[in-house]
This record gives sequence, C-alpha cells and structure tokens, in this order.
Amino acid sequence: MKKRFGGPAICLDRNDINTDEIIPAKYLTENSKEALKPFMLEDLKLEGFDCASEKARNAGVIVTRANFGCGSSREHAVWVFEVNGINMVIAESFARIFRQNMFNCGLLAVELKKEEIDRIFALGDDLDVEVAGTDLKVRGGGRELDFSFKLNQFDHDLVTAGGWLEYANRKY
Amino acid sequence: MGKTIAQKIFEAHIRDTPTPANVVLDLDVVMCHEITTPIAINDLVERGLDRVFDPNKIKVVIDHVTPSKDSKTATQAKILRDWARRQNIRDFFDVGSNGVCHALFPEKGFVRPGYTVIMGDSHTCTHGAFGAFAAGVGTTDLEVGILKGVCSFRLPETLRINLTGTLPDGVYAKDVILRIIKELTVHGATDKIMEFRGPVVDAMSMESRMTLCNMAIEAGGTCGICLPDRVTAEYLWPFIGSDYATIDEAVADFARWHSDPDADYRGEFNLDVSALVPQVTYGYKPDEVKDVTEMEGTPVDQIYMGSCTNGRIEDLREAVRVLKGRKLADGVRGILSPATPKVYNEALTEGIIQHFLAAGFCVTNPTCGACLGMSNGVLAEGEVCASTTNRNFNGRMGKGGMVHLMSPLTAAAAAVKGYITDPRPLLD
Ligand code: SF4
Repeated sequence: MKKRFGGPAICLDRNDINTDEIIPAKYLTENSKEALKPFMLEDLKLEGFDCASEKARNAGVIVTRANFGCGSSREHAVWVFEVNGINMVIAESFARIFRQNMFNCGLLAVELKKEEIDRIFALGDDLDVEVAGTDLKVRGGGRELDFSFKLNQFDHDLVTAGGWLEYANRKY
Repeated sequence: MGKTIAQKIFEAHIRDTPTPANVVLDLDVVMCHEITTPIAINDLVERGLDRVFDPNKIKVVIDHVTPSKDSKTATQAKILRDWARRQNIRDFFDVGSNGVCHALFPEKGFVRPGYTVIMGDSHTCTHGAFGAFAAGVGTTDLEVGILKGVCSFRLPETLRINLTGTLPDGVYAKDVILRIIKELTVHGATDKIMEFRGPVVDAMSMESRMTLCNMAIEAGGTCGICLPDRVTAEYLWPFIGSDYATIDEAVADFARWHSDPDADYRGEFNLDVSALVPQVTYGYKPDEVKDVTEMEGTPVDQIYMGSCTNGRIEDLREAVRVLKGRKLADGVRGILSPATPKVYNEALTEGIIQHFLAAGFCVTNPTCGACLGMSNGVLAEGEVCASTTNRNFNGRMGKGGMVHLMSPLTAAAAAVKGYITDPRPLLD
C-alpha cells in the first residue's frame, strides 16, 4: 500500500457520530481541503474529548463505535481527517457513504467487533496503532494487543491505487 | 430465485465487476450542487482532466445557499456556473430558476424508472421514488461520475418495508417514515436498499413517495425505492409522452423493473399505518421519535416549512388546512421556503402563499437555506425549531439549536399554538 497507516490514536467512545459533528455545515463553503484543518470534530460533544487538544491534533488514528460517519455525504468529513494527519478510522461499523469516501481517498476504514473495540478502549487513552498488512498492533497502558481485520479486495485496490479517481481514471 | 428491482437495475448497468462483491455501474444521471461539486471541479482542472462524460446526463443546480450570501458562497456558485457553461451542460439552474435539488430535478423529469443516479448529497435517495437506484455519494465518487459516468457499489441487499392499512386523516408519509426510522434505528438499513411496498405506497402520490424515500438515508439506507406504476407514469407523462403511445403502455413497460414475487430480501419490516398518529423527533438523532401527544406543549421559537423532504405543493396544501384564517402564535416566527419555483407559482395561484403571509410567515425564495443552517433562518444557541426537514443533528440548523422533525401539518399546528401539539383537532 502506498500510504503508511497507524500512529497515535484518539478514542471517541460513542455510537452514531455524524458528519455534522466531524465538520459542521458552515465550513462547507471552503473550496480547499486545507482550509478545513482547524475545524475537525468541532461540534462533537463527548466527555473528556477536546478537539483543540494537542492529542487530537497529533492523532493518526481514530478508534470509535458503531455507525461512524452517518448523515451527510460530505467528503469534507474525510478531508478534515486527512489534512490533520488521520489516516485510518477503526470502528464497529460505518455509514456507507463515509466508509466509501475513506477508501476513495486512499484511507483505511477498518471494522472490528464490538468486543475488540471494548478491549482497545480498556487499554486507556494513550494508544498507539501499528499496521502491517491486515494486522493491527495496539499499544497502551504498558500492554499490547493484536488484531486482524478483513479488507475487501476492491477496497484494498483503491487504497493501493491512492484512491478511486486514480483507480477509475486508469481503468475506465 | 427472483430478483429485486434494485438487482434488476444493477444488472442492466454493470460496467465492471472488480470482485464478486463489488460492481461498477454505468450512470444515467449525475446531479451536482454548489456545496460538494466545486472541489471536484477544481481537482479535475488541477489534474488536467477538465472534461465530462456526457453533458446531457449531468444536471446542475445552485440550491444550498442562493442567492449567494457572502464571498465564499458566491465563489462556489461561480465555479459551478463557469463549469456548466464551459462543459455545455444545458440543464443548469441558477438564481430565478433554481430550487432544492431533490424537488427540482424530479419536476424536470430527469429521473426515470430503472435509472442509476448519483449526487454528492446524502438525500439523493429521494429519487428512488421513481423506481430508480439513486444514491448519495461523496465528492470523489461524484468526480469520477462526472469524468467517467460510473460509480462503484457493493452488491445491493434489500430490506422490504411493507406498509399496510390506511393512513388516518392528518397523518402523512412523513409520519410513516419517522416511525420506520424509529423502529429500524439510524443504522438499521446501513448498506441496504429500502424497498417501500404495500397498499399505502400504492395509494401515495409521487410527492409522498419522495418524502418516504428522502429519509431512507436517516436509517442508513443506500437508497429508498418504490415500484414504478401508473402514479409514476402520470407524473412523468409530460416527459415520456414521446416514448410511449399511451400511459398504459408506459405502465406496462415500467413493470419490467418490478421485484419478482420470489425475490430475495435481506429482511422485512411491517407497519400497519391505520393507528399511526403524527410523529415528532425529540433528540439529536432522527430515530429519536415520539408520538406527538408525548411531546405536547414543547415550546418552539421558529417554524420551518420547506426542504427536499416537505417543501412540495402537497405539503404546503396540508399546512394551509391548519394555517388558514389563523396567525402565528405570539413570539413565534415562521419561515416558508417553497422547494422550487414551480411549487412557489402553484402555491401563489392556489392562494396558499397568501395564507402563509396572512398568518405572519416570511416567504423566502426556493433554497435549502435554513435546513442545513447556512442561511435564511439559522437558529441561535438555545432556540427550538419545529421543522419539516429531515435531520435533527446537534447544530444542524445552527450551533446550539434544537430541531424537532415533523410533518407540515404538525409544524403548522406548532406555528399557531407556539408549542408542539397534535394538529388533528385543528383540522376543519
Ligand atoms: S433541503 Fe436540506 S436535506 Fe434537502 S438537499 Fe437541501 S440541505 Fe440537503
């Protein structure tokens, strides 16, 4: 795969985090991805989470619950992650459009079982994720957990190609 | 094993099957608006790929913020406008002829049974009301759609939603879909197509079917879909009259898309609507729904009538059943945004606009505006809106604002009472 995935993670322990919470509609008037950078997760109200914290700013990975990215089709929700250095989201499940947008941008949307997400959250909130192929190593609180995830071949090919535009422009 | 309508549409449009689980479909229509398209256009220009696969299959509207409210939205409009001109896209709707995309494009006859449609907008599922496969997509999918006329999807799985019984007076498609979302939850239909079936759907107008399909995405659905029938053919007749000798012929032709009796469904959901009462959302998710009676007395600051869910002529007619001869309650403000110029015109001719004005409503031009908290009625911190739209997310209509989703009739009742209330006692 082209990109390197993984890095320090932030935990968003709630189901149904929607795209309005990831990037509010009022910023959709921006015509560049870079301009979205300061507004990541601005409207997300979650105990202990501060979108302006250094931790959030330095994250490479988001670990979260079910139905992540529901709501609007705005790819701005993926771009705001991309420009902030987030390269993958690990969740119990995703809303379809958000998941597709991630792969279309060459980023990883990884699904793990609820029990697996529970075990990751139990490591505390100082987490680091390492990715090798479809294997994950999550470190936190002096412990280390291994997981493996499934990646549909087509999604894998999109990520390898660097996104859907690159893939489609070559093939169709 | 038979096939569902979605499977039939997919099979008729396959360009490529990259894996057994994924297909790349040829597209019949690619729709564009000024919020999600400009970045795709800029990117195509930067890559030296400033082309479109077929200018006749691309439909473009400026609708979210129009007329532009500031330099940024003016720039978005200009990028879209210049591009439509440059690419010879004839179906481009600008100030004066524009309206909310999912209300305007159906009116123009752009969607037909069996079509594949994408747009960079989650409520594209609305167009499934015509027996089309219509899905909201992100900007990259849109960009590839514009350039190559294709889009990738996983193979469709369909959830069959059976609606039986008879809708009581004062209860509408909006109440039905809110109830369905409540039961299914906001992810109950994720990665699935919601096929609306049964006598209730058969009896519905195209407007009502669009309201049903519009909110499929709020249950996570890829698309809502109705089987195309005589109602569909009659609605589309001005546009398909040259393709068929008679309406009967069109109806018979549409039937080839119908799901087979032994089609394979992923699940079924049954709802008898006969005892349904008006439904209202109470929280920040569209599945947080209660009977209106449980919400009785909740004070509101603003009423918003409009949007791709409920800004059509049928909706305004229903609202007037309550508004006629009544006034907005003290301290409550009302905003009506007819969804399209045609709706606006019909509402004027029928005297509907006059009733809204007499009640004290502000009538805006056709636009999304307040629905997504961009213009024309943004809420202040702590304010509450009774809204005919489709999304009640925290901050949706303005930071710190609260949105209660409901039918036009229930919103009209809130307008004259100043609080959420059962509209049925107010019907004449
Ligand atoms: S009316 Fe609202 S939901 Fe519909 S397209 Fe416009 S912003 Fe989206």
